[in-house]
Amino acid sequence: MSDALVILDAVQKIFPKAEKPALTNLSATLLPGRITGLVGPDGAGKTTLIRLMAGLLTPTSGTIRITGLDPIEDATPLRQIIGYMPQKFGLYEDLTVQENLELHADLRNVIGAERKVTFKRLLNFTDLTQFTTRLAGKLSGGMKQKLGLACALLGKPQLLLLDEPGVGVDPISRRELWKMVHDLIADGMTVVWSTAYLDEAELCQDVLLMNEGQLLFYGKPEDMTNRIRDRSFQIRNPSGSRRQVLERALRHPNVMDGVIQGHHVRLVLRKNTPLPDLLELEAGENAELVPVMPRFEDAFIEALGGGPGGDSVLAQRLQAIVGDDKTIIEAHHLTKLFGAFAATDQVNFAVKRGEIFGLLGPNGAGKSTTFRMMCGLLAPSSGTAQVLGIDLKKSASLARQQLGYMAQKFSLYGNLTVQQNLNFFSGVYGLKGHRQKAIVNDMIEVFKLQPFLTITPDTLPLGFKQRLALACAVMHEPPILFLDEPTSGVDPVTRREFWTHINGMVEKGVTVMVTTHFMDEAEYCDRIALVFRGKIIAAGTPDQLKSQVATPENPDPSMEDAFIALVQEQTDE
Amino acid sequence: MLSRIVTLIIKELQMLLVDRSSRMILIMPVVLQLCLFPFAATLEVTNNTLAVFNEDDGSQSLELIKRFSKAQAFSELLPLYSELDIRQVLDNQQALIVIRFPADFSRNIAGGHSATIQALLDGRRSNSGQIALGYVQQMLLNYNNERLIEQKRSPPSLLITRNWFNPNLNYVRHIVPSLVAIITTISTLIVTALSVAREREQGTFDQLLVSPLTPGMIMIGKAIPAMLVAMTQATIILLAGIFIYQIPFVGSFMLLYLCMVFYVLALVGFGLLIASICATQQQAFLGVFSFVMPTILLSGFVSPVENMPLWLQYLDWINPLRHFIVIVKGIFLKDIDIPIILHNLWPLWVIAICTLSAANWKFRQHLG
Repeated sequence: MSDALVILDAVQKIFPKAEKPALTNLSATLLPGRITGLVGPDGAGKTTLIRLMAGLLTPTSGTIRITGLDPIEDATPLRQIIGYMPQKFGLYEDLTVQENLELHADLRNVIGAERKVTFKRLLNFTDLTQFTTRLAGKLSGGMKQKLGLACALLGKPQLLLLDEPGVGVDPISRRELWKMVHDLIADGMTVVWSTAYLDEAELCQDVLLMNEGQLLFYGKPEDMTNRIRDRSFQIRNPSGSRRQVLERALRHPNVMDGVIQGHHVRLVLRKNTPLPDLLELEAGENAELVPVMPRFEDAFIEALGGGPGGDSVLAQRLQAIVGDDKTIIEAHHLTKLFGAFAATDQVNFAVKRGEIFGLLGPNGAGKSTTFRMMCGLLAPSSGTAQVLGIDLKKSASLARQQLGYMAQKFSLYGNLTVQQNLNFFSGVYGLKGHRQKAIVNDMIEVFKLQPFLTITPDTLPLGFKQRLALACAVMHEPPILFLDEPTSGVDPVTRREFWTHINGMVEKGVTVMVTTHFMDEAEYCDRIALVFRGKIIAAGTPDQLKSQVATPENPDPSMEDAFIALVQEQTDE
Repeated sequence: MLSRIVTLIIKELQMLLVDRSSRMILIMPVVLQLCLFPFAATLEVTNNTLAVFNEDDGSQSLELIKRFSKAQAFSELLPLYSELDIRQVLDNQQALIVIRFPADFSRNIAGGHSATIQALLDGRRSNSGQIALGYVQQMLLNYNNERLIEQKRSPPSLLITRNWFNPNLNYVRHIVPSLVAIITTISTLIVTALSVAREREQGTFDQLLVSPLTPGMIMIGKAIPAMLVAMTQATIILLAGIFIYQIPFVGSFMLLYLCMVFYVLALVGFGLLIASICATQQQAFLGVFSFVMPTILLSGFVSPVENMPLWLQYLDWINPLRHFIVIVKGIFLKDIDIPIILHNLWPLWVIAICTLSAANWKFRQHLG
């Protein structure tokens, strides 16, 4: 294609000392005036590809041509036509919005009258005009992204490279960002948008779907989604435990994948297989199977070889926890002030035994602060946080023995081996001797860690790292689990598997508190609280929240729709 | 309880020993300092240049110059020919000391009068200059005495110096025992402060805090590995001192290790205190660095504590190294008595108790 803006030909990148190539044999052509999505979980090679195009890395083999030029050899002319927004914004947090713009303008040689015009245009475009004197570090996540975008747009690039601009940004800002990008391509710009959110893939015109350095799919997202057309169904109104219905459904040979969606269960069937019988799934008399729109994510799962199945070996070896459904975790007027800023503001909630309770919100909304107060890592400024009726901060290691904790970044000892990590965490929770050995071996078996025992978590594939972190958190069979962004960045199959374990444990009576910024992940929760600017703006079951915002035009809103509507309601008041 | 602490200690040791780079951090300073310090950090003056401006042409000045040139302290004798030369050689640090014989030097001696010579020193190198001057004075004194004896006159009373505990004033004997203290200082602080900061960065510290471990247990889990590392390093230096540098160890090993336990505890307290106020490894490293420098400078290793202004001497009391260096050198070279050890040991107890409780309090508060 002669009119292609970017031509990637058999591009390969192998980092020194890395076992696997970061990018394998990738060929694609990006057309001008289109949004191309680089879609895939962490470690897929998205950032590597973007950095290769930006001329920041040299490919190990293969060629890259941008308007016929080589990103390394012809770096100088290419710099004029490429705008690049790295993951961490590339902003100077101690400079104001205006100063950041000026700095980038100086670097790009945008001067004189042109500069004035450009600034005015960009500030208007990004809606940052009234914030020019604010320090970049003091902007919200969404505004930082917009400023980053404005800086990348200086000098009118033909090719705009955006590295995960949507991560952790609140859904409203994310929609605004998308709108801006659509305006840009209308002017003929070519945009590369990398993302780990699979729902964003459907918004792109072309998609490069990547996983572990391999290109799984290149083309229009509809073509990918069409592969699984007429195979997505929802079991509406199942009676009994929807988790057990899902578990049974996933055992069914015709079912490729399934997730919980509020009170419903969503299933994707294998190719050319008939619908499963609802009686067989014991879904109850009122249950019905309704066809639903296929999603990009379903197609991705199929490309990865299908879902992980519904049985949690981990949960099977757990003893059922008996007891009534009394309140286990409770926050009462919980507030945390950092100076004058209220990171958590008068938060109340209560979680009953055997429930999954989710805190849902964008980065910086105050989820983590609330979460850390609940598990005793941070003292509240006022109010109380209690687990089993005890303030974990003051107390007692006995109460903490009841707790499993898994943090966002899978806090493992990066330079100890997998085996040493397992031994350590089991030892810390008081396991010793034969029992310790038996449980550690169980974990190795359940999570299939045998081949990795002598290597360090730092070199583990992300999915296994997550498994190891979960193993370390649950070895002592805690009746309460605290999970902080447990699935960020992992591929959807690993995410399914993770939730299979959690569902299995909840069925045994484990109580779970989880934070997430994945709107769709909230559907696994029994109840969720939407957190925005330190406050809980709404709480309830996922279905309640969604039905709250249902309108005649949008009778079946997504969690993201619900979030946006509820935030707007809040700000209108 | 005990098994959890053991788990913590095993983990800490694995972290220290598994990783190549952290292993190097523990071993390299010991080896390097042990090789370099005893030779480099010496206050002995040898191999210096003595410049002579001789305006005298008699035999007496020549005799003295001959003696100077034989002295070990001066490997080179630089003859000067004008006053201008004097300024130049001192300015350019070509000579440490300049001796000037006036024109009437030999004449005065022959005439039985007292004769003068002038010594000019480079004040920028005050210590070495003083010592060099001492050598010169000693040689002049010997010369005088010999002349008096030749003339069958009895010389004035003689001062005979004998250095106890280090009869040959061998500098290695000062350095190596001090090294025992200094290297343990550095590594203990690094092991404690940096390991806590690293856990903070990795997020594993949170993981420890939500576990049933108490802050006290976590602190013990940090203190004991640091202690083991410090003791091992100290042992290596001790052995090297005894077998390689041939310094006789006259005191009691038991006593020394007992004192070391308290010293390391005091350091662990400081290390944890630094760690409790630092969020990153970088901050912790800077914290350790800015603590170690004054600690060593004010320990009495570089210059005697008694030379400091009084207020600084009082302030220096909180410097654990100052007390421990006295103990190490005392036990190593002198086999000092228990009361003297106790006199220097109780400050270490006080420091350890204060810093450890402060760190414990700070950790609890930090969570809050």
